[in-house]
Amino acid sequence: MAILEVKGLKVYFHTRNGVVKAVDDVSFSVDSGETLAIVGESGSGKSVTCYSLLDLLPKPPARIEGGTAFFDGEDLLTCSPDRMRHHRCNDIAVIFQDPMTSLNPFLTIGEQLIEPLIYHPDKSLIQSRSKARERAIQLLDEVGIIDPDSRFDCYPHEFSGGMRQRVMIAMALITKPRLLICDEPTTALDVTIQAQILKLIKKLQQTHEVAVIFISHDLGVVAGIADKVLVMCEGTIRETGNTDSIFYRSQNEYTKKLLAAIPSGPKKLESRVKPENLIRVSHLKTHFNDYSKQKIDGKYSQIKAVDDVSLNISRGEILGLVGESGSGKSTLGRSILQLVPNTAGIVNFGADQLTGLSPRQLVPWRRRMQMIFQDPYASLNPRMTVYETLSEPLLYHGLANRENVLSKVSELMDEVGLARGHMRKYPHEFSGGQRQRIAIGRAIATKPEFIIADEPVSALDVTIQAQILDLILDLVESHNLTMMFISHDLSVVRYISDRVMILHQGVIVEEGKTEELWANPQDPYTQNLLRSIPIADPILERARIENI
Amino acid sequence: MFRFALGRLFQAVPVLLVVITVTFFLVHSAPGGPFDADKAVPPEVLKALEAQYNLDQPMWQQYLSYLGDVVQGDLGPSFKYSGRTVNELIGAGLPTTAELAFYAMLVALGVGITAGVTASMRPNTMQDYIPMSAAMIGICMPSFLLGPLLVLIFGIHLEWLPVSGWGDIPGDKILPSITLGTAYAAYIARLSRGGMLEVLTQDYIRTARAKGLSEPVVIAKHALRGGLIPVVSFLGPAFAGLLGGSFVVETIFQIPGLGRFYVQAAFNRDYTLILGMTVFFSTLIIIFNLLSDMLAIWLNPKLRQEIRGSN
Amino acid sequence: MKQDSLSQSEIIEEDGSSLWNDAWIKLSKNYLALAGLGILILLCVVSLLTPWIAPYSYEQQNLDLGATAPSLQHWLGTDIFGRDMLTRIMYGGRVSLMVGFIATAVALVIGILWGAIAGFYGGRLDAVMMRIVDILYALPFMIFIVLLMVVFGRNILLLFLAIGAVEWLTMARIVRGQVMSLRNQEFVEAAYSLGLSQWTIIRRHIIPNTLGPVIVYTTLTIPSVMLLEAFLSFLGLGIQPPESSWGLLINYGVETMEEYPWLLIFPGVALSLTLFALNFLGDGLRDALDPRTSKD
Repeated sequence: MAILEVKGLKVYFHTRNGVVKAVDDVSFSVDSGETLAIVGESGSGKSVTCYSLLDLLPKPPARIEGGTAFFDGEDLLTCSPDRMRHHRCNDIAVIFQDPMTSLNPFLTIGEQLIEPLIYHPDKSLIQSRSKARERAIQLLDEVGIIDPDSRFDCYPHEFSGGMRQRVMIAMALITKPRLLICDEPTTALDVTIQAQILKLIKKLQQTHEVAVIFISHDLGVVAGIADKVLVMCEGTIRETGNTDSIFYRSQNEYTKKLLAAIPSGPKKLESRVKPENLIRVSHLKTHFNDYSKQKIDGKYSQIKAVDDVSLNISRGEILGLVGESGSGKSTLGRSILQLVPNTAGIVNFGADQLTGLSPRQLVPWRRRMQMIFQDPYASLNPRMTVYETLSEPLLYHGLANRENVLSKVSELMDEVGLARGHMRKYPHEFSGGQRQRIAIGRAIATKPEFIIADEPVSALDVTIQAQILDLILDLVESHNLTMMFISHDLSVVRYISDRVMILHQGVIVEEGKTEELWANPQDPYTQNLLRSIPIADPILERARIENI
Repeated sequence: MFRFALGRLFQAVPVLLVVITVTFFLVHSAPGGPFDADKAVPPEVLKALEAQYNLDQPMWQQYLSYLGDVVQGDLGPSFKYSGRTVNELIGAGLPTTAELAFYAMLVALGVGITAGVTASMRPNTMQDYIPMSAAMIGICMPSFLLGPLLVLIFGIHLEWLPVSGWGDIPGDKILPSITLGTAYAAYIARLSRGGMLEVLTQDYIRTARAKGLSEPVVIAKHALRGGLIPVVSFLGPAFAGLLGGSFVVETIFQIPGLGRFYVQAAFNRDYTLILGMTVFFSTLIIIFNLLSDMLAIWLNPKLRQEIRGSN
Repeated sequence: MKQDSLSQSEIIEEDGSSLWNDAWIKLSKNYLALAGLGILILLCVVSLLTPWIAPYSYEQQNLDLGATAPSLQHWLGTDIFGRDMLTRIMYGGRVSLMVGFIATAVALVIGILWGAIAGFYGGRLDAVMMRIVDILYALPFMIFIVLLMVVFGRNILLLFLAIGAVEWLTMARIVRGQVMSLRNQEFVEAAYSLGLSQWTIIRRHIIPNTLGPVIVYTTLTIPSVMLLEAFLSFLGLGIQPPESSWGLLINYGVETMEEYPWLLIFPGVALSLTLFALNFLGDGLRDALDPRTSKD
């Protein structure tokens, strides 16, 4: 029995630069108790589809241009605001992507939990505060909040990201909805937390008998949780079917491309490791003052971002550095490049020591080691053209002069796959993937020997991610690069690295050759991490979830 | 919170000391003595006067004794109003000015917040343009222009409202309060619109709507608190501005308050009165800045807890 | 070399649209802001040319004529001494605008230097510098300016300095906040990792990105400075006769507003119109230069 039946939904955005067809003729249905996953890259219209059902889109610019969405025989798209409130309160609940911003920082979580009950649009269903509190505490307990009675009166900032998402889930379930919309509920979370939250959603779905629309870009996550899958791209449905048929017998080009783009399996590129240490790091420590806490004895307490790390990187090697948020992996990279002051320890580049050099003395070394940053939106100066960005390192390090700089920049653009004609354009005129190409071009402009890539593909969609990874591998080969590849995404690291290090709270907990470590992790933290990775294969993924 | 307030008050002490010192030496380095009156004063009388006001002592001694008096809350005698102390004069003017400032603040907050919140609910529609255009007029129409124009229209032409005094005739408090409050109403309208627009795009507002809360509850409970924090932080500076504005408004409407005293003292070169009132105003403004800061912190649970934690 | 010129000619370059360009396009669609800009330019031109284009001489009295309502000879009427109001408003505008621009320039220089140094070096220096700003913020400046004018006489140079010294505080805060956030941006980090010198980073990466907010705030500081000047002049503590300013003219106008309302209304309109123009332009620039609106 379908509880939600969407037909021919069209949502257009009317912007200054014309009409954007965010959702164009989308139809689907959800049966009670089942899980429908809507999969797509950014801009595919997957979130807009669901928000339009609950009238949560900003209007203007959004406008619903057509279609119906019947829930219990009532069209959600045309019902009165009062009826919509009724549905929001009784029937359909949402879990949003970012638990950090989706809870009101000014109100206690308890107050936010009980709101739908104490302000219920049906006067007869309004509950007393004390009764609502009872139910909220019971739900908080169910979603795994320890000591819910006292946590009830805490503010959101007193919870970690994972705990906040648990609160959000409790909040969604408090009205006993029949349909739950989960909009990328684990995207903002670390992989181990993601595994816990997914398990929780699955369990609650069964005990509360609720249908779920699960929006995600991550096919691995979808493989384990969905009964039916809807693939969206550029506002239209590309394919729909049950999970196994989408993953194993897809007929659609786009779906196939999406599945093929997922980095899986071991490294493709042959190892080019030479028996010569290019980078030697010994007992490196980087500590910061913790300004958020009061001084003790006139000193700030220390955040030990990197705590006694020693490592070697051979010439030609790609070393993967894996860690969850706050593990200190970015700081380690910046410490090696001398972008943040080292508290203790020694960093060597070849035979020479980098630690202790003044900024002026470091200039010749800067040419030989470079960095690629995570966010292609923030890593390019918005007021400089591609030409200016790429020519700056060439001219500054004397690798080009006024006469040949143009041709050198053109060559660079060829190398990273940018059309030469875009030379005079500004960063905001490019897509995320193209921007990352510009940033990579800047990094290889000085013909460096060593590059640290700090999550270079995390901000990109999966198909773009695959292209950029291939570009990086090509460049490593053609330029004989040595690389430290920092990422939270274990599949990406496995795909690209010769050797892997696992960083946890500023300390290396395990390291080894990629495939050896994958086959036989020793440290419990590594084991848990590897167990938590979703696999984009329904049978394997379900088996994995069973085993946790 | 209490210790935080105490700490901040403690920090205000050196600031006040600087104010007193700078003002004292500024005033005493002014060319022309306080008794360079229109009529020539016989030298022996001048001498007696100077002795009476300690002006014959060295500067640093005068400074120290003044500082000692201020600590005890004694701002000394007035030069021009013979036989009256600065404390008495401030005491006489304060209730009037306080009342004027209070009404003006009511006008500013009431009109300003209403207009700003109304405008923010439907941005870029008439519901936004009309109050915001009015606010722009309020900002570009300074009190010394608005006051006389209001007098001209409502006092002289329409003869609806009295045009001078304070508390003498019914209704004579309306025009001064509006004149003083308008500019701040306009600022507050713009601030609260900006703050509300910022908050209304936050994810947690969407969450509140998705929960099925009605729009009034979403605005009142979820949006207002965050949206009005800029307004709360502005209250301290606004208060300082109101004091300054009272100079003009009290002059225009001939209201016997502190502002008018201050301007008259400036013209009369009544140095002790200027000195005393500057110290008094500074103290008030520092206290009000402190209060508005503390209110802004108290409204934000995270900051509130950090302060509690640091104690 | 030959080959280079060959490859150069092959490139069909599309010119990109810089953020400045985009901002200008957005501003040119904002008619209120454009009108503000137009009024402002007109006022500046008139002020510069006043000695040559003013219809009457500034001091020329005509006691027989006395105060007359606007007429063909005197478009904005005459004051009680028979002096042409249009001429007086033009001369007054010169002073008001000059105070606005010069005092803002003073605020700009101090504020940018202070804020940029604090923001760029950060750490303890920043803490000390911003603490000073906080303390100065807490001071009753209006009262101090009144005091200064009383003590040192009504000196126009002192007025510039005094007003400028008040207004730099906000500028310092804005610049510091901008520089601080830029310093932590990845593109500045990228510039460091390229080994660029500090000065190059400041010149090429920091300054161009702080310019937007500085321009906006400058446009909004000028009207608030002019307001302060008019306020003081109105109280008789600012510009002194025989110099004139709009605040002073309004002050005279109030004295005789019952009999000759135009003596109040015209200088009032001149002041309000200028403030409108500057505020609309400032708001327009803010919208146009706001990076958050630059993407759609």
